Amino acid sequence: MNDFSVKIEDLSKSYKGVEALRGISLDVTRGEIFGFIGPDGAGKTTLFRILVSLLLPDAGHATVEGLDVVRDYRKIRKIVGYMPGRFSLYQDLSVEENLKFFASIFNTSIQENYYLIEDIYKQIEPFRKRLAGKLSGGMKQKLALSCALIHKPDVLFLDEPTTGVDAVSRKEFWEMLKRLRSWGITILVSTPYMDEAGMCDRVALMQEGAVMSINTPEGVINDHHRPLAEVRTDNMFQLVDNLVAFDGCYSAYRFGAFVHFSPKENQLEVKDLEEYLKLKGHSSIKIKMIRPGIEDCFMELMGVKDNV
Amino acid sequence: MYSEEHIIRVEDLTRKFGSFTAVDKLNFYVKKGEIFGFLGANGAGKTTAIRILCGLLLPTSGKIEVAGFDVCRQTNKVKQNIGYMSQKFSLYEDMTIAENFRFYGGIYGLSRKDIREKISYYLHKLKLEKKKNAIIKSLPLGWKQKLAFSVAMMHDPKIIFLDEPTAGVDPVTRRQFWEMIYEVASAGTTIFVTTHYMDEAEYCQRVSIMVDGRIEALDTPERLKEQFGADSMEGVFLKLARGQN
Repeated sequence: MNDFSVKIEDLSKSYKGVEALRGISLDVTRGEIFGFIGPDGAGKTTLFRILVSLLLPDAGHATVEGLDVVRDYRKIRKIVGYMPGRFSLYQDLSVEENLKFFASIFNTSIQENYYLIEDIYKQIEPFRKRLAGKLSGGMKQKLALSCALIHKPDVLFLDEPTTGVDAVSRKEFWEMLKRLRSWGITILVSTPYMDEAGMCDRVALMQEGAVMSINTPEGVINDHHRPLAEVRTDNMFQLVDNLVAFDGCYSAYRFGAFVHFSPKENQLEVKDLEEYLKLKGHSSIKIKMIRPGIEDCFMELMGVKDNV
Repeated sequence: MYSEEHIIRVEDLTRKFGSFTAVDKLNFYVKKGEIFGFLGANGAGKTTAIRILCGLLLPTSGKIEVAGFDVCRQTNKVKQNIGYMSQKFSLYEDMTIAENFRFYGGIYGLSRKDIREKISYYLHKLKLEKKKNAIIKSLPLGWKQKLAFSVAMMHDPKIIFLDEPTAGVDPVTRRQFWEMIYEVASAGTTIFVTTHYMDEAEYCQRVSIMVDGRIEALDTPERLKEQFGADSMEGVFLKLARGQN
């Protein structure tokens, strides 16, 4: 037995000439939270659907817990839990009925694995008689996760569980995932929110069907060598335009209350930049060298050199 | 307090569904040309409030004026003067770019000549002249997003409502989208925007945060951060969004 839960080798898939996956390869270690980070169209959903045996690849191989995703599809379906991006429970069954249904098709009962879902299910239990279709977004998400877990899967696939979810609920959701990891479940999770990469043990940054980087969140950041500064002045509206027009500018992007600026050269002369901004009429100029975040790294990897 | 420059005026807006109060006595205004961020946790009442402001749902009580018109009595006038775009509802996927423009232009009662001019104006601006007859579903998400925004702007609305306009788009496109927002705002269009990206909250001139049907905070991002002792809008949001804390 090796330590790999999921092995992916050169996996490709196209839909009517559109390449959704362009030959990707990676391994997921048993017991880790592995994040697939990327925007819509990166290929995350296609990849998950292949791994849970709902879609056939055009080329390449993949195994989940040593089982081939094409040949051993029956066995795979018994050992994985899958929460699709779109809510796909029975809207006209109640909360409790949905959970019972999923437990019974996997030959188990709610009681048997209740410890796994207790944390999550407790929060929706007061509404157990309510039809799933009448739940709020956050409650649907919790029910879907409970249903994906009720048969105690070895590997859990969560396709964009936090999309459209507010910042507070997202935080709570990730705390739940960390507790699930402690039960030994391997978790593959996809998200378009770059800041969630930091919650994973390892991540794959994806764009247009390809993997741009596979590393720990720390590792992704350590691989980013270009100097980066956050800049703030009294005139944030003009700042991006002015920075892009600066001679030594590699990139300038808005980041919350700041603009993140990277120079072309490997060093940034803060004084020069400050003088330039003064000339452009800015005051209260603050320039500070910073460590990049995952989003900075993602944009660098996308290879877009100029703003807009 | 109110002046001509207030393009949205909301006084004591309440909306109940049966015994449940989704929106509870909202009072706020939005200035002309302002970029106004409308934040809140899922289920806080944002969608209900937006639907009322757009004339799609009547309030239980309250006095609401949008673009100078009463949302209860002059609903059609309101609709003619606003634009709406969201991640979920934007363009018809099976129609071409030009067909979408013509369709929406027709709905808003633009003349054929105006529609032609708008199509060439926006396609030129987006550098998509050659793609005029491309089917929407064949386009990358980033383009769709910018096209949907352009279509929503086609009838020169006074206010544009953007409901999570950047959900799921890549980080570069997200920023390009905000540059478009700044551009139309500086030309005088008012922007009313919701988002779950807290960095985008910082791009707004003023931000309101709804909790359990009420506006719990409303100010510039700078002052909100000061008020709640947070160094980012995410910090402000985390402090506020769970009502009990």
